[in-house]
This record gives sequence, C-alpha cells and structure tokens, in this order.
Amino acid sequence: MDDIILQILNGLDKGSAYALIALGLTLIFGTLGVVNFAHGALFLIGAFCSVSVSRLLSISFEMVDETQLDFLGNPLKVETPYVHAWFGPEMGASLIDWAVPIAILFAIPVMILVGFVMERGLIKHFYHRPHADQILVTFGLAIVIGEIVKANFGANPIPTPAPAAFAGAMDFGVMLGFEPNAIIYPIWRLVYFLFSMVIIAAVFVFLQFTTFGMVVRAGMADRETVGLLGIDIDKRFTFMFGLAAAVAGLAGVMYTPILSPNYNIGMDFLVLSFVVVVVGGMGSLPGAVLAGFMLGILQSFASMNEVKSILPGIDQIIIYLVAIIILLTRPRGLMGRKGVMEE
Amino acid sequence: MSNSNFSRRGVLKTGAIASAGLAVPTYLRADGHTGFTNAPADGGPVKFGFNVPQTGPYAEEGLDELRAQELAVEHLNGIGDGGLLNTFSEKNLDGTGILGHKVEFVTGDTQTKSDVARASAQSMIQKDGCIMINGGSSSGVAVAVQGLCQDAGVIFMAGLTHSNDTTGKDKKANGFRHFFNGYMSGAALGPVLEAEYGNERNAYHLTADYTWGWTQQESIQASTEALGWTTNQNVLTPVGAGDFSSYIAPVLNSGADTLILNHYGGDMVNSLTQAVQFGLKDKQVNGKDFTIIVPLYSELMAAGAGSNIQGVFGSMNWNWQLQDEGTKAFVKSFGEKFGFPPSGAAHTCYVQTLLYADAVTRAGTFNPCGVAEALEDFDFDGMGNGPTTYRGADHQCFKDVLVMKGTDNPTNQFDTLEIVEVTPRAQVEYEPDHPMFAGGDLGECNPGA
Repeated sequence: MDDIILQILNGLDKGSAYALIALGLTLIFGTLGVVNFAHGALFLIGAFCSVSVSRLLSISFEMVDETQLDFLGNPLKVETPYVHAWFGPEMGASLIDWAVPIAILFAIPVMILVGFVMERGLIKHFYHRPHADQILVTFGLAIVIGEIVKANFGANPIPTPAPAAFAGAMDFGVMLGFEPNAIIYPIWRLVYFLFSMVIIAAVFVFLQFTTFGMVVRAGMADRETVGLLGIDIDKRFTFMFGLAAAVAGLAGVMYTPILSPNYNIGMDFLVLSFVVVVVGGMGSLPGAVLAGFMLGILQSFASMNEVKSILPGIDQIIIYLVAIIILLTRPRGLMGRKGVMEE
Repeated sequence: MSNSNFSRRGVLKTGAIASAGLAVPTYLRADGHTGFTNAPADGGPVKFGFNVPQTGPYAEEGLDELRAQELAVEHLNGIGDGGLLNTFSEKNLDGTGILGHKVEFVTGDTQTKSDVARASAQSMIQKDGCIMINGGSSSGVAVAVQGLCQDAGVIFMAGLTHSNDTTGKDKKANGFRHFFNGYMSGAALGPVLEAEYGNERNAYHLTADYTWGWTQQESIQASTEALGWTTNQNVLTPVGAGDFSSYIAPVLNSGADTLILNHYGGDMVNSLTQAVQFGLKDKQVNGKDFTIIVPLYSELMAAGAGSNIQGVFGSMNWNWQLQDEGTKAFVKSFGEKFGFPPSGAAHTCYVQTLLYADAVTRAGTFNPCGVAEALEDFDFDGMGNGPTTYRGADHQCFKDVLVMKGTDNPTNQFDTLEIVEVTPRAQVEYEPDHPMFAGGDLGECNPGA
C-alpha cells in the first residue's frame, strides 16, 4: 500500500509539470489555433530564469588569498558574493538560498515578454499557414533556443537547489496513519504539486470569472462574431500567448530543484505534453489538466518493479499505449469538443 | 561560327564517368597504391577524426574531450608548451607533426547515439579522409564505431568507454582502449567498500540499460558479493530518463541499505540528486546508515551533482589532483589554456592521440597494421597513470585505478572529489579469457583499401 501511495505522489508531481505545460499548449491552440512546438522551449527559458537569478545573486568579487593556492599553484582567488558584502553574510546567504522562489518574480515579466516577442515577431506570420508549417517553424525555434542556452550555460545539468527550509524529505506516511518512515517524500515535490494547483486554479478563475476571460472564451468559440462586435480579439489572444508562456515558464522555474536543468529539458517535456493535450482533447483546458495528472500517475506505476517484471519496457511506452487506447475509444480525447481540429 | 569537338552525347558520357569517379568513396580511391585507407599524400597533412558527443546526456564529457584533442594536435604540431610530450617515456615526437605530416582534425557530434556516431565516423573516413578516429563517452557508441573502423581499415583509439565489452566480446584488432573498465572499478572499489561499510550490506542497483550499465553492474555485483554483500534488486533504467523518482521510490521500502547507481553523466547527476532528495543519505536501514555508491565518477558529474556527492565513493581512470610529473604537465597545459582542470575523459582522449602518434612514429608508417603492432604489448610511462601496458591480447591498457570520494568540505569549485586510494595495477588485472570478457575475438588487423 505504501508503495502505491508513493507512486501516486510521484505521478502527481510529474503530472503537475505535464499539466502546466499542456495547459499553456491548449491555451495557445485554443486561442490562436497554432500548434506550438516551441512551448517546451518556454519551459526551458523558465528553468534558466531560475539558474540566471541564482547566478545573478552569486555574482562575486575576487580577492587574492596568498595563503591558499589554486589548481595551477597560483595564489587562490577567493570569490565573495556582492550580496554578502551589501546585506551582510547571513542575509546574503539567505537571498542566494531562496534564489528559486525569487526567480518567480523575475520570470513572470520575462516570460510574458518572451511570449509577446515570440508571437508578434514570428508566430503571427504563420496563423494562416498549414499546421505542418507551424510545427516546423516552432520546432526550429525550439532548437535555436536550446542551442543558445547551451552556448551560454554549457551542456551539463546545473544544480539549482531548493531553499534549505524545503530541502530533504518529510514523513508523509505518518500523516496518513502509516508506520514511521513508510512513506518518505521530498518536500519540494509536494511544494511543486501545490504550486501547480494554485497556477491551474488561477488560470481557470481568470478565464471563468473575469470579463477579459469571458471575451477570450467567446473568441475561442467564435472568433469572427466577437470581432464583429468591435472587440480586438487578436490583442487579447496575444496576451493569452504571453500568459501561456508565463505558465510554462513558472512550471520550469519551480521544476529546477527537482531536475537540474540543461539545454534539453524543454524537449524532454514537450513530446509528452503534446500527447497529454491529444489525450485530454484538443482545445480542452480541463482535459489537458486531467490527462496530465492521469498520464503522470500511470507512468509512475509503470516504473514499478512489479509491473516491469510482468511487462518489461512498459515504463517506456505506457503513455503512448494509453494514448492509442483512448484515441481508439474516444477519438476526440477525454474531454475534446466536436469540431476542434476536425476540419 | 566556331568548330567544336564536343558533342552533346560526349559531354554527357564524360560527365557521367567523372561523376561516378567522384562518387567512389575517398578511402577506395585515394592513394590506393599505398595499400591502406586514407594514406596521407607526400608532404601533405594527416587528418584525425574526433567523434565525441556534443549534445545529449554525455555532452559535457564530450566537449571536454574535444578540448583535450585540440590541445593534443597543437602539441603534436609544436604549438604550446608540449604538455605530456615532455614527460612521456618515449621521445619520438618532436612537435613537427607525425612523420613529417602536419596534423589536422575534423570533429563530429555522436549525440550519444550509436547510429549517429557511426554515420559521423563514416563521413570522417570517407569524406574527410581521416586515418584515425578518436572519441567516445558512451560504450554503446564506442563499440559501434570500433566495428566500423575495423571494417573501414582505420585505427580507433577509444575515448571514454568503460564497458567490459569494448575490449571483451566486442574487441577488434583495429581498436584500442586506454580507459579502464567495469571489472577494474569493481576490483578497486571492493576492498575500500569492505573497509568502510563491512561485509553485511544489501545493495540495490539502478542500472543504465545498455552495454556499459550491464557490464558495470555485473562487475560491481560480483565484487560486492565476494565481500559477502547481498544484491536486493537490479533495475534497468532508460538512458536520459531525467526524472528517476519512480525508480528511486521503491528503494525506500525494499530493505536495501545501499544504493549503487550504475549511471553516468547527466543521468548520474539526476539520479543521485533525486536519491538525496528522497532522504536516502539520511536514512537508517538494518541498523546501518544508508549509503550510496557511484562506481564510475567524473569531475564534471561531481560538479553537476553539487553537495549531493559528498561522502559518496566511486572510481576513476585518472584525476587532475595526482602529483606525478605527467599529471602536473597536463593540468598546467590544459588549465592555462582553458582556465579549469581537465576531466578524466579529456585526459584519456589526449593520451590516446599522443599514443597513436607515437606508435606511427615507431612503426614508421601510418598503415593501421603497423600501428597496431607498435601499440600491442607496448609499455610506457609519464602519461599520468604510472607504468602502463597496452596488452596485445585484447588491446586494453593496464595501469593503476583511483578510488575516489566526494569531498566532505570543499574549499573551492574544483574541490569536488578526493583521492582515497591509488589501487595498484596488479589488483585490477585479469586474464584475457576472464568470463566477463569472454566471447570476443580480436580478428585480423584490417589495413583497408
């Protein structure tokens, strides 16, 4: 039983990332009709916002320590972060320690700006082109962004730890009445799950209970009619692209303590997130979230030794297998609407 | 009106014949009279192919290999301080290239994929005219490229490849490995682990699902079971999985008190980091502190894993902190050029390039069969690993092995690993027909064209 709960927890944090990325993908597809293969790159940029903030806070000045030698036998250059000098060692250390949460504040405007530039600068030129063209140009953009990140940050994963207060694991089992140490789970992964719930809820509230959101939903249902009412729906859709970029970016920022980011992290999530969108139903926001969590949990269960001993290699194909079964039985996905991507 | 001897049909015929001639692979036509593939023209340059992962999970190792390979070429051509040429026991190389030929190189990205690596090496041989291929960072890739080089008739000087199979069941007459292997890691680590953790441990293996992972796991399991340890489970994990949490979670309640991560590169960074996040390093099982072991280390992985690596044991082929003259010379040369110490992957590629050049000089020819003969049972020193032998029976180098541990209190960014023991060569040697290396055949050297 404890193993099952552990795998459900595992699936929830993985599913959170899938759901957040798929949510953004669906927003863009639902509003602009664009199949955005650069969406994984937005997750990547978010992750590297976290790395950048961590590095910015760690910018140091050098002092030569004659008593110590470096690896070449020269006097050692000791680096002291400026924040230590400006705010004192304790406050400075705390700022560096909390780099990931601080990066959220940095990432929101950066990601909205990136989304805006991406949409206005490139993607808007492909609105009336076939989906194949959109896929090619956005996939190419994703590769370019990945290579730029590699050129600047290297190819190796960059450790970006969670604040010390959230490092380590907690005894989750005791809270559920299990024996001590039966279900140990990393604290940051629980934080990530709760964070994603807040973001998903905020997006739904925004779309459901604000006038702006109502207009966007109306535009998603019937773009022409909304336009005839004198509303500049394109501007609102551009904003939605920025919002989707911010959601993907925040997913990336918060994921860095779970998985040290490298230039390829966006691609790792992109393909699975597309499967999530298709399984959830093209254009369906609740479907994307539901499918994200469902596939995350199934993937975790498929990795269990007991399952793999019966079906070797199932952990590698489970998501695609489920996608095939769902599309065979429900061609529009779990919550897909009639008429979307069917012309 | 002018007269011309060209007819339309004649031009087409000539064009077709010329095109066919150009389409014939370089290695089948160029200098075929010399009797071997891609022989350099008199007075012309000789070209090496550096085939390393520049993208993918082992990219950082590959890029460091590339730095070292470029440095080796500079030293062979007389640029820079000469590096290990100054300490190498053989004094045949004088910075004027090889046998009067200036050394040039081309590079390729293997992407850590066997098919891509083969295509890249094939292009280097056929299109660029390379006479030697050097590189690696994945044993799957090394085995694939070694086979290709054997068929094409060029020498393959393997870079970072640690699978027993490279010089075991997949060994080839045209292939040579300076790097150590899984068996040697097990033989070196065993006594240290026994001294540190005793004889009663229950080990859980997470293993990268390809030739390197399989043979390392087999070697470490044999070595630890010889100490009296039991093996709880061996779970195969996909290369590049990223999130290993669903493989790590079952370890928590498995009854195991030791986790052995047969992962490398980015995979190892991720699996170790996630294992620490799950609290494994703070856990107590069977009345013992839970421990994690990473049998194959690299400095780049250690840097990527950050503080998670503290106190974790592993092994290495070479480390920049060694104090012999060869190591000092290489660290100085590499460090001054790039601003940081070289990795073990960089060292092995650099050494392989020099060893090839030296073998050509001693043989007096670039003919792969002459070079192979010069390398077989070749004893040398001054390359940073102490006295070393290239065994003729399997083309495996035998030398000391390092047992390492993650530094508990690092003092600077490069202070990630400390040398626990230099395991003497005699302790890690084995017979060519050892069961873990059985089933292969070197075959005959192939000079190619």
